[in-house]
Amino acid sequence: MTIDELREHLCAAYPDLCPLFSVEFSDGVLLVDQARLREALEDLKEMGFDRLGMVTAVDFGDEFELVYRLTSRSMRVGVFVKASVPRSTACVRSAVDLWPAADWQEREIFDLFGIAFEAHPDLRRILLTDDWVGHPLRKDYIDGSIIRRPDYL
Amino acid sequence: MSAKCRTVVNIGPSHPSTHGVCRVLVELDGEIVKHAEPIIGHLHRGIEKMAENRTYLQVVPLTDRLDYVGSMYANWAYCRAVERLAGIRVPERAEYIRVIVCELQRIASHMMSIGSTGADTGAFTAFMYAFNQREQVVDLFEALSGSRLTYNYVRPGGVAADLPEGWLERCREFLAQHPAAMMEIDELLFGNVICRARTKGIGVLAPQDAIDWGASGPVARGSGVDWDLRRDDPYSVYPRFDFTVPLGERGDCYDRGRVRLWECVESCRIVTQALDQLEPGPVKAEGLPRLLAPRQGDAYDHIESARGSLGVYLVSDGSVRPYRMHVRSPAFCNLALLPLLAEGHTLSDLVVVLGSLDPVFGEVDR
Repeated sequence: MTIDELREHLCAAYPDLCPLFSVEFSDGVLLVDQARLREALEDLKEMGFDRLGMVTAVDFGDEFELVYRLTSRSMRVGVFVKASVPRSTACVRSAVDLWPAADWQEREIFDLFGIAFEAHPDLRRILLTDDWVGHPLRKDYIDGSIIRRPDYL
Repeated sequence: MSAKCRTVVNIGPSHPSTHGVCRVLVELDGEIVKHAEPIIGHLHRGIEKMAENRTYLQVVPLTDRLDYVGSMYANWAYCRAVERLAGIRVPERAEYIRVIVCELQRIASHMMSIGSTGADTGAFTAFMYAFNQREQVVDLFEALSGSRLTYNYVRPGGVAADLPEGWLERCREFLAQHPAAMMEIDELLFGNVICRARTKGIGVLAPQDAIDWGASGPVARGSGVDWDLRRDDPYSVYPRFDFTVPLGERGDCYDRGRVRLWECVESCRIVTQALDQLEPGPVKAEGLPRLLAPRQGDAYDHIESARGSLGVYLVSDGSVRPYRMHVRSPAFCNLALLPLLAEGHTLSDLVVVLGSLDPVFGEVDR
């Protein structure tokens, strides 16, 4: 599949969901609903995105944004897949069965953001101890040792 | 043998052969590893959280503390993400200096890895030979930045300072002797019958596993996965240099070690070309404010570090501090392969396999 075919395919499959999509190494962004996230990932895997480079999350208050970065060695493109997850029910389907690389990275998100991954084979904390309270990368995480630093240098 | 007869051995977190503060929980059947589980996080300082409380320039010294064997890489990857976010153009001389220091850093970092391969397999002499080379690079960096480990040298918009007087000559002197030193280490270490016996056929990584598990850098290339960001997603001034990407065939510890060795020779070629093409000029972008406040949005950029694809993902809310910084750490992804690679080998081989993945725990734990 060439880059043009990829673009056509994605725009046909996700007409209202990819207004930002421009395929260019590390610049393509595909915004999907949480409900269609799994479908989109399976689709991209089938199209030749054989590497899961990065999975991470961002805390935007009411919702978390999950960010997947996939690369295809054959097409030499990278694409970002972003999905919003409501804070109240932060749970998505794991991608470990598609790319084992998601294993530790999803554990890290679970550890630091408290987002659960359904069907993950071994979902437990990875960087912090098992008895840690809270999820530090959430913006509302409170710790007495965090002191707001002044803006000047 | 039934599961009842297995012994569980705890190695680390403070053990000379774990290459940092890593704990490995090993399930043994006699001397054979049935399962090895790395337990990480002992060096977790929450750098991603700390970055949210610092200005863009204050984050640069934090990135030094990620991969402390290759600080220049994290500096550069972070600065590239900031430059992408804020639309900063970097002067050409600064790009050349970045390539020079990062290729020298690759040599310094690989010398650490190759030297410890020697130490792990009982060849301490090779360790001293490798560290002799590493020390020379570290001396060059000390002249450049005043620091031997955490350089804080690559900054958003350029580099901290121009090359000091006489530095180019010292650098050329180093480059002149380095390839021959690599040949010597190749003979001394990889030609040695004990080292070959300890590393050949140990910890074999299949190419498909390397891709599926997101392995990158010498770990993936040792298995013959032909992927190097310097060539395949060219950044900075890399397209102007002529270099080859060394590949392994069998994907064992021996191939991973030798890929690193040849990468050092290739790095020498790149630095030599960069020194020849280096033109005078500014080393910092003009008119940058001390308090950068990039546009709202996100940016990702990655470079080929000594350990693989090192990426930095930045989210900005338009203020002077990053809203979120995430480091895509190659050492973290490569270390996840340890259970796969160590299974079925002896306990003493586990140490060699762990060393061949070349984890730096500052970057694994962040």
